[in-house]
Amino acid sequence: MQLQEQVIKLVAETTKLDTNNIKVQSHFIDDLHLDSLDMVELMMKMEDEFGLEIPEKDAEKLKTINDVIGFIQTHKK
Amino acid sequence: MNIHRVVVTGLGAVSGTGLNVESNWHSLLAGISGVKRVSESDYPDEVETIPFPVTILGKPKNFLLEEELLSARESGRYDLFIHYALKAAQEALAHGELLDLNKSPYERSRMGVILGVGMGGFPFIEKQYRELLKKSRPKTNPFFITSVIPNMAPGLISMRFGLEGANFAVSSACASSGHAILNAFQLIQLGQQDVILAGGSEAVFTKLTTSGFATIKALSTRDVDPEQASCPFDRDRDGFVMGEGSGILLLENRESAIKRGAKILAEIVSVGLSSDAYHVTAPHPDGKGAINSMKQALEIAKIPPEEVDYINAHGTSTPIGDKIESQAIKTVFGKHAYELNISSTKSMTGHLLGAAAGLESVICVKSLLTQSIAPTINLKNPDPECDLNYTPNTMAKKSIKYAMNNSFGFGGTNTSILFKSADA
Repeated sequence: MQLQEQVIKLVAETTKLDTNNIKVQSHFIDDLHLDSLDMVELMMKMEDEFGLEIPEKDAEKLKTINDVIGFIQTHKK
Repeated sequence: MNIHRVVVTGLGAVSGTGLNVESNWHSLLAGISGVKRVSESDYPDEVETIPFPVTILGKPKNFLLEEELLSARESGRYDLFIHYALKAAQEALAHGELLDLNKSPYERSRMGVILGVGMGGFPFIEKQYRELLKKSRPKTNPFFITSVIPNMAPGLISMRFGLEGANFAVSSACASSGHAILNAFQLIQLGQQDVILAGGSEAVFTKLTTSGFATIKALSTRDVDPEQASCPFDRDRDGFVMGEGSGILLLENRESAIKRGAKILAEIVSVGLSSDAYHVTAPHPDGKGAINSMKQALEIAKIPPEEVDYINAHGTSTPIGDKIESQAIKTVFGKHAYELNISSTKSMTGHLLGAAAGLESVICVKSLLTQSIAPTINLKNPDPECDLNYTPNTMAKKSIKYAMNNSFGFGGTNTSILFKSADA
């Protein structure tokens, strides 16, 4: 599965949102209406799924699905 | 200072005997037990290395909370006792026609929620701990803390229904809901709040919790059908059967309730309380705690013992507890103890621990409304030391003006709530 598909699927599973409503440009807060606790949960799931660490200061900058995909591509071993 | 009268204008209940008040009451009057066999496969999150010490439970059947109360995403974030509380709270508010706050005459800051929770989110606590042990860093599901703390039940209710007044949970083991109702009653009496959802919720059927109770021989373990295990006041009783669920009363200032045209279901006239000051689990052998709690309820209400027609007993089906409670009732009520009706609905619902007094208060109000008494089932061989009228096995029709609900908890904590019929 492509990284993009993987990330969207993970977001859908965590947030119980429909994959059809999640685009790569989707903004977690403005479009998907996630709150701060939702974001903590999502980042943790990303860390577990892709085997990497997302430090606080980096996590704060990940506002969209694209941002997450970019981060994973850069940091995945 | 002006003491306001407090009435009940709504009821909500979820338990093994029904998912709402009417189905509960129907089963209870018919003497139908909600205690069933549960299996390991019902609890896939539990450890596999040891078995449950008991496999019977009074569990709400096919319980699922509607999307509007908890969305699919939120559902997994709050432990079961919170789900039950939300359901019962919604039912009570709808019953009292206060679900739509835009149509309510009250200020939201004067509408509160106070619930008794004896133990709280044990299932999630245990699950999260097991998850943590598998990890290499100190992180949990971000919703862990907020899913297990007892006051999240009143918290979620206030969020869902927009109630901005008093908001807290009360804890006193099996008397928790009794004290929650007491707190709510007094806040309305004093005029500090106008409406309060008061009762309790509990769901702690886990291997850890049941092992804890089983180790101190508090649970029934004899080999009978699940429906027959809970037999308060019977010679063969051997411990309580766990139940889970929620029971909530909508309590309201009587004057303003009448003014808005609410239907008055019953009145709370007093709540007696006491402590045995004796032992962590056993009641005082002289029944001091129970005696004082019941006496205080009568004294505050200024009514003679002969006016009480029905006592919904604590009656957990333990060898010592049932005997002491019977003795205490005889001490407080004298000859009248043999004339009034007693019943332990725990014979059908099981023991809801912190939620017991909440559910049993709903049952007392239904008794007053229908002038009927739900039986103590499984009373086949009465214990000679328990010789009162426990409304054995079949329901009774009776003129009831005052009904009392007893709840006694570990630590020797006691409450006795006295209800009066709305028509009296």
